[in-house]
Amino acid sequence: MASGQVEKRVKYKSSLKDPGTPGFLRIREAMLFFVPTDPKSDSKLKVLTQNIKSQKYTKEASNKPPWLNMTNKQGRSYIFEFENYADMQTCRDFITKALAKCEEEPTKPAVSTSSEQLNIADLEMRFKLLRENSELQRLHKQFVESKVLTEDEFWATRKKLIGKDSIRKSKQQVGLKSMMVSGIKPSTDGRTNRVTFNLTPEIIFQIFAEKPAVRQAFINYVPSKMTEKDFWTKYFRAEYLYSTKNTAVAAAEAAEDEELAVFLKPDEILAREARQKIRRVDPTLDMEADQGDDYTHLMDHGIQRDGTMDVIEPQNDQFKRSLLQDLNRHAAVVLEGRSIDVDSEDTRIVAEALTRVKQVNKADGDTTKEANQERWERMSRVAGMEDLQAPQNFPLAPLSIKDPRDYFESQQGNVLNVPRGAGALKRNVHEAYGLLKESILEIRATGLCVPLIKPDVSFDVFRSLTQTISTAKNIIGKNPRESFLDRLPKSTKDEVLHHWASIQELLRHFWSSYPITTTYLHIKVGKLKDAMSNTYSQLEAMKESVQSDLRHQVSLLVRPMQQALDAAFQHYEADLQRRKAKSGGGERPNGYV
Amino acid sequence: MIFKIEDVEVYFPYDNIYPEQYEYMVELKRALDAKGHCLLEMPTGTGKTIALLSLITSYRLAHLESPIKLIYCTRTVHEMEKTLAELKLLHDYQVRHMGERARILAIGLSSRKNLCVNTKVLAAENRDSVDAACRKRTASWVRALPADNPNVELCDFFEKYEKDAERALLPPGVYTLEDLRAFGKKHGWCPYFLARHMVQLANIIVYSYQYLLDPKVAGIISKEMQKETVVVFDEAHNIDNVCIEALSVSVRRVTLEGANRNLNKIRQEIDRFKATDAGRLRAEYTRLVEGLALRGDLSGTDQWLANPALPHDILKEAVPGNIRRAEHFVHVLRRLLQYLGGRLDTENVEKESPVSFVSSLNSQAGIEQKILKFCYDRLHSLMLTLEITDTDEFLPIQTVCDFATLVGTYARGFSIIIEPYDERMPHIPDPILQLSCHDASLAIKPVFDRFQSVVITSGTLSPIDLYPRLLSFNPVVSRSFKMSMTRDCICPMVLTRGSDQLPVSTKFDMRSDPGVVRNYGKLLVEMVSIVPDGVVCFFVSYSYMDGIIATWNETGILKEIMQQKLVFIETQDVVETTLALDNYRRACDCGRGAVFFSVARGKVAEGIDFDRHYGRLVVMFGVPFQYTLSKILLARLEYLRDTFQIKEGDFLTFDALRQAAQCVGRVIRSKADYGMMIFADKRYSRHDKRSKLPGWILSHLRDAHLNLSTDMAIHIAREFLRKMAQPYDKAGTLGSKTLLTQEDLEKMAETGVQDMVY
Repeated sequence: MASGQVEKRVKYKSSLKDPGTPGFLRIREAMLFFVPTDPKSDSKLKVLTQNIKSQKYTKEASNKPPWLNMTNKQGRSYIFEFENYADMQTCRDFITKALAKCEEEPTKPAVSTSSEQLNIADLEMRFKLLRENSELQRLHKQFVESKVLTEDEFWATRKKLIGKDSIRKSKQQVGLKSMMVSGIKPSTDGRTNRVTFNLTPEIIFQIFAEKPAVRQAFINYVPSKMTEKDFWTKYFRAEYLYSTKNTAVAAAEAAEDEELAVFLKPDEILAREARQKIRRVDPTLDMEADQGDDYTHLMDHGIQRDGTMDVIEPQNDQFKRSLLQDLNRHAAVVLEGRSIDVDSEDTRIVAEALTRVKQVNKADGDTTKEANQERWERMSRVAGMEDLQAPQNFPLAPLSIKDPRDYFESQQGNVLNVPRGAGALKRNVHEAYGLLKESILEIRATGLCVPLIKPDVSFDVFRSLTQTISTAKNIIGKNPRESFLDRLPKSTKDEVLHHWASIQELLRHFWSSYPITTTYLHIKVGKLKDAMSNTYSQLEAMKESVQSDLRHQVSLLVRPMQQALDAAFQHYEADLQRRKAKSGGGERPNGYV
Repeated sequence: MIFKIEDVEVYFPYDNIYPEQYEYMVELKRALDAKGHCLLEMPTGTGKTIALLSLITSYRLAHLESPIKLIYCTRTVHEMEKTLAELKLLHDYQVRHMGERARILAIGLSSRKNLCVNTKVLAAENRDSVDAACRKRTASWVRALPADNPNVELCDFFEKYEKDAERALLPPGVYTLEDLRAFGKKHGWCPYFLARHMVQLANIIVYSYQYLLDPKVAGIISKEMQKETVVVFDEAHNIDNVCIEALSVSVRRVTLEGANRNLNKIRQEIDRFKATDAGRLRAEYTRLVEGLALRGDLSGTDQWLANPALPHDILKEAVPGNIRRAEHFVHVLRRLLQYLGGRLDTENVEKESPVSFVSSLNSQAGIEQKILKFCYDRLHSLMLTLEITDTDEFLPIQTVCDFATLVGTYARGFSIIIEPYDERMPHIPDPILQLSCHDASLAIKPVFDRFQSVVITSGTLSPIDLYPRLLSFNPVVSRSFKMSMTRDCICPMVLTRGSDQLPVSTKFDMRSDPGVVRNYGKLLVEMVSIVPDGVVCFFVSYSYMDGIIATWNETGILKEIMQQKLVFIETQDVVETTLALDNYRRACDCGRGAVFFSVARGKVAEGIDFDRHYGRLVVMFGVPFQYTLSKILLARLEYLRDTFQIKEGDFLTFDALRQAAQCVGRVIRSKADYGMMIFADKRYSRHDKRSKLPGWILSHLRDAHLNLSTDMAIHIAREFLRKMAQPYDKAGTLGSKTLLTQEDLEKMAETGVQDMVY
């Protein structure tokens, strides 16, 4: 796929019943061609990628041939039958990527700005965002519904929020739920004794991860010996037997049914894993070693029955598994997280993938030398007493900051609380800036790498920035928690904040429209200017309406906004002048305007 | 930092020192100077271990003309590893500042199971079979067999070690178990025997209590130690229990059955030897006539567990005539087994003193006291003669002989208790005959006698005057140190009522009350939602924990807890518990947060630290009293009352509170650390219970925190956590210094200690 082109042998079908024309499907980023093998055939095809609205495909599990069905925006569909599923997958992935790319480039000719091409998922996403964020909703209402901005323009600056550039997004897997699987309660229909369990792929994954024996049994039995449904029925039968705590019944049933017995017996694979893991645990909590050293409690030595030891009932302990063990196992699996990258509905694939992962882990387990070294380092670090020695500087880890503003606010407190004189380590802004510049230079020289900027550099920059800003703010506002805004009446405060937000929004669009190269932009700028002057007068009105004792403060707050607007107006006028002068000369640089 | 305490130059591996550490060293030095024993209580989290190690190593360096040896006893192997890690740090520092002169050899010693590097031997599942597998390959008679015999499998590591004999030495340094194994692998020497050999030469030995206290183990490991040795028992609050356990044995039905099988096997072996190698048995007989119970020149590999009785109580006489012949001895053992079997057939609980037991044994089975006394040595000798290597198979008969020897040796301080079934499960017959020791001073006496200084130290030794009585010794220094606080970094609370304002307790009549269970659950649910990282809970017993967790699971409380934190639990399976702990730590490290459920008096409570983010809150559900209906406990209480005039109630409360203090005390590691402790039982608010807590906890227990309900506790916890999250001045405020620097110490040396510290 590196060539930016994929070519596969397919059959093209114009409709579902069409037997199909054999040929080649060639996909490039912008275009999709079908070239029939028979040159005489008239079913040649050429589709712009960006016109594809959606694609459907057959699942591997179903018995249907591998079809890929693409629908374009006019509602016409193209069906391709592939030779095998792998081919189909490749093509599908490629088209998905190409589609995503297309949608990323909204600056493409303004022709395609119709909202038609948005798929439903996007629209839903937008609605959701608007619902959740009232500030955004107000802005949207103000500008889009009053036609100052178009829907697309509004969202274009907020692509990050929509977050659909799935290619670049770092892949973070959703972990497992903390809830125990045994917590899934069957639903009853109320009339008969029949119970129904709803198994989601997630639950199945969790069962497989927690109980390797069940996983192994699944691979062994399904579908050769029993159907998946039978398998799970049997599994829950076994679970039920556990929950009754009647080990005698469990033993009896296990004796009759060897498949059921698999679920009831203690998990061999788990025991093996445990033996392996125990060799790698931190020696400072290795209680197993301790047991190996204890000669006082040789068989029947030491004090036996003074009540400190608990009585263990003699039992069929083969069939006894305690809740405590389940809890431990569950927590361990949750902690491990989703170790596989398979998001499949097919239970068998999941089971096999998990088994593979475990085997890889096992192979890793043999190379324990580094692990030992690391363990030792950690131990010696922990052995020291932290406050008796000079502070240790731990390596910083890359941090993914979701909301920079939140981060900034939470850090402010820290900065302010640092006692004076402890600042030897701190860098001033210039140094921090220098560091940042350095690393940018480095990136230029060596290209991008992960992480983009070294964590310690970014930490320094962030820290000095927060400090400078928060100190400044502190000096002005005396107390960071009680700024002037809080003293305003709520309605006024909201109004100020809203104006601030809307001015920012307008200005962002305004400045991004320059230089004006198209008529479209020209019109947009005009609209924006009107909206801005509107806001400007609103600001004036607000200033007049507030109580006299607050007026000075409000005008202080409003002034920077007005200044920003003034600058915009000035630029607009100047540009208009220049443009007039130019058009007066009859020159039309780009053939526009 | 380097500073002087009187004439000793102390090398301390940190830039600062706590004032209590300094004082601790001063007291310790006094004890060493006086060559006497001492008892020191210092709160956890004030760096006892490092203070101890750095003073004793420095003391040794200052008195190189008669260098002292240090035996450092820990209760568990993982504590041993921790100690060695700290020692490594210290040793590096000393070598850096003093050069080669400071080099010492320090080793940790453990069993074959933990030290062996032979993969085939290690494949055996438990300790006893590892020991046996090792003997099978290293016993002198196995190695004496012709080398070309294909049936004989030797251990390459041991052979190489034997071949290099004199050259097989450890260079100076600090060796953890892992280091020993690595060293052994690298040089092809057996780490276990190498370490055993180096015990004589090492400057510092770190091993577990029983290597000194249990005569069975001490007899082989710690036989020839010099008098100029300082013995340290760290975390010694349970030392009396260790002592009495070391001398207690019990016999069950299965033991007797096993012993009978063993005797059959021995009988067969004797017959085989009679037919093939009668000379050997005859040689043994003559040796016994000459009065040698054991051959003197026993090679290390042939050694078995030593005599269960204390060294000075073992008779240095010839083995009595009627058990010198192997067959006769087997007959005597048969009669003994028969008699014990008869005694186990009782319907009632019987309690007897050793004296009357021995006399009835004499009258009914015709076994004299003197014969009993020699049982163990005679068995040992016989097994060596018969060249038996699979010692793990012969544990039952060994147990019986241990019992016989002990009962024949000691007339006081013991009692024999026969119970037909466990009190708590009367429907299951499980007869047991227990010889239980009540006098902790017996086992530790040889240690006090043999060594110049014995240091007993722990975070909880309150009341400190009780220990000298229990262990019957006279300390030259006995002190309890306070904790100087930079800030109130611990927050103990007594929770007496649940969220519905009803009292909570694990008192017998209340513990299964659903209201109490729910209140405990609600407390935890609330706490896990506000406490970051790790939360540890201790319950009074396994069965109680099992029950309460099952109830929480049914009522959905567990689910609520799991929404906030992962849940890990101590089980009776050690491997599983270790893995759970490991996972718990990882969950705390990665920020996921976790709760650990554990049991007071359990293995986790005994030695695992929940310091820093591994434990921001400990909840002690209930008062961990011993099971007071236990016959053994009652007998012990009676003995304590009669000999030491300690009241039963006092002892029980003392014991319960030291366990509770031990559980909660594991949250603090240094003064930079912080943690909360909740004692969730209404009984803690009573003065007679509460006052038994160690002083450093009591001094932080404010009156306002003595009678809290869940909602109030939540409020306090929130406040506390918020306060602790603020940065603070480490060196302490003007009034009292809580962190001393080099200059402070120098100033102190001039002006005198007292006016600086408090």
